[in-house]
Amino acid sequence: MTIASALYIALAILVLALAGWTIFARDDYAAIVGFVTYGLLLSLVWVSLSALDIALTEVAIGGGVTGVLLLEAGARLRGVPVPTGVERPGIIQRVSAAMLCTLVSLGLALTVWILPEPAPTLAPSVAANLAATEMGNPVGAVLLAYRALDTVLESAVLPLALIGVWSLASDRFWGGRPGFQNRVDREGILVFLAQLLPPFGVLMGIYIVLIGADRPGGKFQGGTILAAMWILTRMAGITDTPPINRRWLRIVLIAGPAVFLAVGLAGFVFPGTFLAYPPGFAKPIILIIEAAMTPSIAVALALLLAGPPERKPNE
Amino acid sequence: MNAANLFGVCSATLVGLGLYGLIIHPQPLRKILAFNLLGSGVFLLFGVVARRGAAAGMGGDPVPQALVITGIVVAFSATALAVALLLKLDRETGRTTLNANGSKTPSNNMPRESADS
Repeated sequence: MTIASALYIALAILVLALAGWTIFARDDYAAIVGFVTYGLLLSLVWVSLSALDIALTEVAIGGGVTGVLLLEAGARLRGVPVPTGVERPGIIQRVSAAMLCTLVSLGLALTVWILPEPAPTLAPSVAANLAATEMGNPVGAVLLAYRALDTVLESAVLPLALIGVWSLASDRFWGGRPGFQNRVDREGILVFLAQLLPPFGVLMGIYIVLIGADRPGGKFQGGTILAAMWILTRMAGITDTPPINRRWLRIVLIAGPAVFLAVGLAGFVFPGTFLAYPPGFAKPIILIIEAAMTPSIAVALALLLAGPPERKPNE
Repeated sequence: MNAANLFGVCSATLVGLGLYGLIIHPQPLRKILAFNLLGSGVFLLFGVVARRGAAAGMGGDPVPQALVITGIVVAFSATALAVALLLKLDRETGRTTLNANGSKTPSNNMPRESADS
């Protein structure tokens, strides 16, 4: 057994233990903390599967932003009565659920072991056409060229989810500011970090967006880091969420998907199909889409985290 | 056992664990956690399939890898919406339960929204 495989086995055991903790922990808050740690470790699994782009996304969105979202929800729901009596599943229900889930797991594990050799792959055709996009990152090329349709739809999902969240606002707070204004110790460590980290974080976020065309990175990973910096300053009480009825806010939110869609529709005129890029101009067009999408993603993620408006615009 | 097979078994176990949590936990917050665990297991399974398709100098098939990135972002959007719904339920009724009979607010449990306005 090599050192690498020993590390993989240790990583797998640790990930599974944290997943088990997330499910079986008695305290909700402890389960959430377990899940956040699980997300961070899972990104190491992605690295060992040679998927650096996914590792970055997982650590930024799966572990980071989802973690903050759940921790905040857990903190707000503390003290809410835990369901008892009829709502708790009985022993028979638990055992049959466990049996069903074991069966599902065994079936999936067996499927992984009997997958065909050699595995079917699209990597050679991606490699063969990579030159046409002038990009160096194959995953980026798939996201923005070969499977750009998925990415267009995905870019529409963020504003749609945000509309869903905003629609939960009370009537009297409609158009107001999301979340509560955090009152924190002005001399505390959080304020210090919120003043120290953002310049570096913003630089790093923009860098990850820019190199996304040629190396692991891209608008989702970079945009999440930018969003995280805003969230940090908001939590420290240095900045506040804008009222959701501001026009600039809505324009920034829609600009990315709108540019992407406009490029897609322009493809009908030349060279002839939806989301087709004119030969020779693929790279500049992709960079324009990335540049337009990044602020939209960052703002959408930060506002999804902030939740529905809970204060009047002037509060 | 290579990395792909090892993490393949790992992802299968994650799916099972997530599904179990989704079925047995009565609290919506725990269901959301379990659902995310289930989702990450499915993503990982897809990542294992991508890893097995390593060719042409790439560490894995980039097509499933790109789809997983899309999936993670969509899963976050869905989680954010679910959490917002849950917090709204708590504000309206003062409790978080999916049980239709249990959601009838007892007289001693005033809805929080009307209480603070």
